[in-house]
Amino acid sequence: MILVFAELGNGKLRKTSLEAAAYGAQLGECVAIALGKADAGELEKLGAYGIKKVFHVNDEKLSAAYSRAYTKAICAAAEQAGADTIVLSHTSTGKTVAPRVAVRLQAALYPGVMSLPDASGKIRKSVFSGKAFADFTIGSQRKVITLNPNSYKAIATEGTASIEVLNIAFEDKDFDYQVLATEDESGGHVPLPEADIVVSGGRGLKGPENWGLVEDLANALGAATACSRPVADVGWRPHHEHVGQTGITIKPTLYIAVGISGAIQHLAGVNQSKVIVVINKDPEAPFFKAADYGIVGDAFEVLPKITEAVRKLKSS
Amino acid sequence: MKILVCISKVPDTTTKITFTDNNTRFNESGVQFIINPYDEWYALVRALELKETLGGTVTVINMGKADNEQIIRKALALGADDAIRIDGEPLDAFQVASGIAAAAKGENYDIILTGKETIDYNGGVTGGMIAELLDLPYVSLASKLDVDGTNLKIEREIEGMKETVLVAMPCVISAQKGMAEARIPNMRGILASKTKPVKIIPAAVNETQSKMTAFILPPEKGNVKLIPAEEAEKLVDLLHNEAKVI
Repeated sequence: MILVFAELGNGKLRKTSLEAAAYGAQLGECVAIALGKADAGELEKLGAYGIKKVFHVNDEKLSAAYSRAYTKAICAAAEQAGADTIVLSHTSTGKTVAPRVAVRLQAALYPGVMSLPDASGKIRKSVFSGKAFADFTIGSQRKVITLNPNSYKAIATEGTASIEVLNIAFEDKDFDYQVLATEDESGGHVPLPEADIVVSGGRGLKGPENWGLVEDLANALGAATACSRPVADVGWRPHHEHVGQTGITIKPTLYIAVGISGAIQHLAGVNQSKVIVVINKDPEAPFFKAADYGIVGDAFEVLPKITEAVRKLKSS
Repeated sequence: MKILVCISKVPDTTTKITFTDNNTRFNESGVQFIINPYDEWYALVRALELKETLGGTVTVINMGKADNEQIIRKALALGADDAIRIDGEPLDAFQVASGIAAAAKGENYDIILTGKETIDYNGGVTGGMIAELLDLPYVSLASKLDVDGTNLKIEREIEGMKETVLVAMPCVISAQKGMAEARIPNMRGILASKTKPVKIIPAAVNETQSKMTAFILPPEKGNVKLIPAEEAEKLVDLLHNEAKVI
């Protein structure tokens, strides 16, 4: 039996949870667990991704991703379902909870995988921050898998999951910390690791006052924004937008890099993007070698034209 | 304040990655190794800053063979007081976490710090495993860390959100960008590092649970299709009709 941890954000299933559900359902008979408040009818939707039943721990104290409380609930559901494989998303919450779950269940842990096991039990993950891939050979032992965002496509079919309320007796110590404040820094954009399209800016944009050009294009495309390391280091953009070897690794369908030269560390973080567009006024920028489409030109002239063309396309 | 900082040895970020032994091993020849940036720039430097303002000790711990001495001495040169090396080749996170948890047990560290992940195998799970093995609270992805009495006040930057939390010590924290600024060891630190104690202990667990068995390099990209800047709008047409991504 497979158990999928379906993460909620503001009462809604995250896109990564649908991916994990669809992935888990491919591995075998599959149930899910959801923690905290869920919108009416939300958890039932997992049925369309192959989940038969969802254990719901509807405890309002689970409003933040407490590693001990989440671990306790996930392990209880695993026991109740007789699950030998547990699938989580490789998100901030998944990364925090999965190692505890694996240790508690004495299970092998495969963090950040990007594929289903093949016929010989090989399962792939990205290593060296995107510079290479590695295969694990999984056996029949108990295991915990975290699935990289944007690695497995969740396709909805028919079906509604049944809900079983699970009551867990939490203790004070299960809540690792006290949340003092939360601040939304997303600017209304989808989280970067989950974004299908990402528009990213580098030093070529010359200053934070020019970021409107990147944002305009991102808004026209419904994309998230990102940046290169120097831009985050000087504080033009927040740290959580920095993609690359010491930032985050992303895997969007389309990555548009503006004014980024393409140092090896930056490429590592983005080279799994399906299509890469590079806009740079330096024809020798190394990024062009890793790009599918390129424009050698001044971002200040090129970007407004592209944004305008996107708007035209979207309104047609 | 007694702080344990877990450090890992990784190839320098500029390394061109290649493999050997029929793609079953990372090719270390000619590779410059460094302390994992998240462990050094953020976790270790913040630990040293706390020691400088509040007093106490900073111990670094690493799992590896004798040639890891070089990165351990670098951590000592930056200002760590002493070091522990768990003797053995680290093959998975559970082995490393078990060794660290065994070494930390009964030592009453107030804070155990790790980087958010290593830049080689990108698991990001060692901190959580240590927390579970020692039954401690775990706060991941901390971008700011301050001591507040017997608690730590921490900011976490997670998917488009900033969370400010208060956690009681002892605890395990994973560090990311923002927590501190990278430092360069000075000459006095380098000289002092040569005589600082490095304790060598055996690995706690020898078998691995999840060993990587083969490595693959990503396929090379074909030639880039260049669009003249004056016809930039054509890009949108290509992305829509040819690449079909918008």
